[in-house]
Amino acid sequence: MVNEKIAVDHGLKKTEFKEICKLLKRVPNITELGLFSAMWNEHCSYKSSKIHLKKLPTSGKKVIQGPGENAGVIDIEDDDAIVFKIESHNHPSFIEPYQGAATGVGGIMRDVFTMGARPIANLNSIHFGSTQHKKTKNLLRGVVRGIGGYGNCMGIPTIGGQTCFDESYNGNILVNAMTVGLVKKNKIFYSKASGINKPVIYVGSKTGRDGIHGASMASAVFDDQIEEKKPTVQVGDPFTEKLLLEACLELMADDSIISIQDMGAAGLTSSSVEMASKGKLGIELYLDKVPCRESNMTPYEIMLSESQERMLIILENGKEDKAKKIFDKWHLDFAIIGKTTKSNKIEIFFNKNKVADVPIEFLSDKAPEYDRKWKKTKLPIKNKLNKNIYKNLKIEDVLIKILASPNICSKEWIWQQYDHTVMGDTIQKPGGDAGVVRIHGTNKAIATTVDSSAGYCFAHPLTGGKQVVCESWRNLVSVGAKPIAITNCLNFGNPEKENNMGEFVECLGGISEACKFLDYPIVSGNVSFYNETKDKGIKPTPSIGGVGLLKDYKKMVSISLKKAENIVLLIGKTEGHVDQSVFAKEILNQKKGPPPEINLFNEKNNGETVLKLINEGYVKSAHDVSVGGALIAITKMCITGNMGININKPKSLVNFFEYFFGEDQGRYLIEIEKKDIEKAKSILEKNSVYFSEFGITQEKNIVLKDSLNVTIEKLDKANKLWLTKYMDS
Amino acid sequence: MNSSVVIFPGSNCDRDMAVALKKFGFKNNMVWHDDIDLPKSDLVVLPGGFSYGDHLRSGSIASKSKIIQSVIKFAKSGGLLLGICNGFQILTETELLPGVLLRNKFSEFICKNVFVKINNTENNYFKKIKKNVLELHIAHNEGNYFCSNIQMKEIVDNNQIALSYCDKNGEINEKSNPNGSSKNIAAILNKEKNILGMMPHPERMIDKYLSGDDGVIFFENLLNNLK
Repeated sequence: MVNEKIAVDHGLKKTEFKEICKLLKRVPNITELGLFSAMWNEHCSYKSSKIHLKKLPTSGKKVIQGPGENAGVIDIEDDDAIVFKIESHNHPSFIEPYQGAATGVGGIMRDVFTMGARPIANLNSIHFGSTQHKKTKNLLRGVVRGIGGYGNCMGIPTIGGQTCFDESYNGNILVNAMTVGLVKKNKIFYSKASGINKPVIYVGSKTGRDGIHGASMASAVFDDQIEEKKPTVQVGDPFTEKLLLEACLELMADDSIISIQDMGAAGLTSSSVEMASKGKLGIELYLDKVPCRESNMTPYEIMLSESQERMLIILENGKEDKAKKIFDKWHLDFAIIGKTTKSNKIEIFFNKNKVADVPIEFLSDKAPEYDRKWKKTKLPIKNKLNKNIYKNLKIEDVLIKILASPNICSKEWIWQQYDHTVMGDTIQKPGGDAGVVRIHGTNKAIATTVDSSAGYCFAHPLTGGKQVVCESWRNLVSVGAKPIAITNCLNFGNPEKENNMGEFVECLGGISEACKFLDYPIVSGNVSFYNETKDKGIKPTPSIGGVGLLKDYKKMVSISLKKAENIVLLIGKTEGHVDQSVFAKEILNQKKGPPPEINLFNEKNNGETVLKLINEGYVKSAHDVSVGGALIAITKMCITGNMGININKPKSLVNFFEYFFGEDQGRYLIEIEKKDIEKAKSILEKNSVYFSEFGITQEKNIVLKDSLNVTIEKLDKANKLWLTKYMDS
Repeated sequence: MNSSVVIFPGSNCDRDMAVALKKFGFKNNMVWHDDIDLPKSDLVVLPGGFSYGDHLRSGSIASKSKIIQSVIKFAKSGGLLLGICNGFQILTETELLPGVLLRNKFSEFICKNVFVKINNTENNYFKKIKKNVLELHIAHNEGNYFCSNIQMKEIVDNNQIALSYCDKNGEINEKSNPNGSSKNIAAILNKEKNILGMMPHPERMIDKYLSGDDGVIFFENLLNNLK
């Protein structure tokens, strides 16, 4: 008999249990309680975030589908559309890094091909604890292997990502996976059911006992008993997913499918309830028909299993045989497990007994919605640094130390373990500003990037939220793509705490403001709360996945300097903002102060003008100036292009360190041939963009008169070897 | 010229290979693993990927698939049979080529550009090729070539090493060996030189916007040799 204690053990609040009993006018049985716990948890119901998410800009000229579907869809002209989404798999990856990360990648790919799109690129944003923490190395190794193990086997290139280290993730790592897929505009599939008495089809892997309560686990904080949660982690099988991908796309070639939904978090429960809820229908399920991996599984276990590589399809009548033939060909399970009804209820049968009978709206629309209390974060006061602290610093030492610091060092050790060239259309691999893949057989290409700035978001969530959107926008502009839309993965601490909730609300406010200003809408995403262990939460970490379009891929630029005697322009104003910079943290050991200010007008104007210069063909290479500042940015351009530069002495600022390592926003470095420089400058002037001549490229060495003269080889080594050495040590 | 690319469940470079073959003038057929007969072909390709999920060992279940008997027959009668990456693994599993491909030395998946030196040009794959060092791309977990001493002696005596990992100047040394392969082997031929197994993926290097375009040299040369 279900009681309040059992409900609380399922992660429900006492008040929520009371509400359930009130709605049903009775106490739910154990299977029904399972359904409620799956649908009412934070992960599935968005109960703490919903009221804030509603305020985000989600529409635009290019938006075909905004949030609320398996993934967002944007128009990339002709008959083509891009389907994309980012999702977290944080909690499972901390408990079991390989499987947690692998199934995160598998899950997000399913979200994309459920909509009829063939995945063409994967990305990821991963955050780990301090490099000194005892768990970090193994977690990193496991996560990277998991991401590679799944994506490589699927044959989808992993073309971008980011890796950050910070002690706030010691007890809660972040694994956010993003997939970008391509579909014809008239072949997009949705999850909304329609029609009565239509067969409900189960396809893919068999159902096992793995992952039961995965979504509930993701909706709670960690404690000492974390190891006991291992059974809640799902086990991935990329081979089956590859077959599922091919089989689904084969069935999607005609119009047999009415709607389709992958079984992700909360498995069969959420997929069936969501499809019925969107179609305002009822659904009947006969669980004895569900293909099970293990014997004697109970209805409760079948409904809550999060076994991977499964899909639920509502089919047109009479198409069952044809569909079955396709799944037989790919050696996948196929079973008719129910039908749509007009009851507006989910009715579950097992061995002819009715084991659950719940109105769909109780599980979906009637799920709780909270307006949680939250606290504003004040803008910190600027640090008053005593200029004497710079006296003992040498630019070369600082440069090398930052290049070899965990968050700036080359991540080649990571991305070389990901197949980034399969499918034969990767024209910009990881290591640049954005990954770029061609739209097969056309002149178009898609640029995509994933970014986060937890340090800035922690110091001032509103500014941080704006900054991370701008950074994403800049990364796309830097390769010559027009930014179109974003997906966001909102990783935060415990929403029941006012300061964590405040971080969420204010980051979202910043994101929203920047997206509106840049006409860069949000088309999909997810929220991951409760990233907290024993009362210690993570820094607020919204990860932004951006997608942009290059109409002519031949106009793409990269960060590598191309040839000697070219002029490098620094676009945007340099004030020398050192607070919250890598320089402040790594060199000055100074963690206080506000993040750099965001001026959205300049951001947009600078970006659009740089894009214009690229499209005119004047830009030979480009890189946005982000973490680390201008000297780090130019060094990366030098290393990847194996070129040097003679840097001009800055005129405006006396202090070199602030000029070269400050992290002022809205800036780019662009390389221009002398013959084009006047034309480029006149476009910049006409658009009132602030710029200065940063230096002139040369065959070797980075030189700054009297202060710096260092070989590219030395810098390259410092940058490349750090992570390899760390992993081997 | 007619080519056939075999698709196994889990193959994932089949399309890339078909795109490359067509680009350079082959008339290509895709062949399903459950088929029994091969269409008339001048070249049969076993593409890269994870056939049957690499269950048991990479390539092992594919070597027992329905189509493979026809592939073996085709090769034994002198037809050109090319296995790339997982295709190479299938060729060693069927024992059409000697040796095995073990887990990479540092047991990590490697995806990067490498240089390979062409050691044998007396075959239809590399005859008259314009360069003797090619920049190609590898992406694999199990590319660490290994065989017994007796097999190695035979391989060397019969001049069966097709490609060896090297540096950009063609120097074959330990530093340029990405995966621990014996003798830096990246590709080998059978004794008759009509079967080639190679770890690098020339089909990923077929225009200058990709990681490189030495694949163009490989495919154009192959087609010219077959004409």
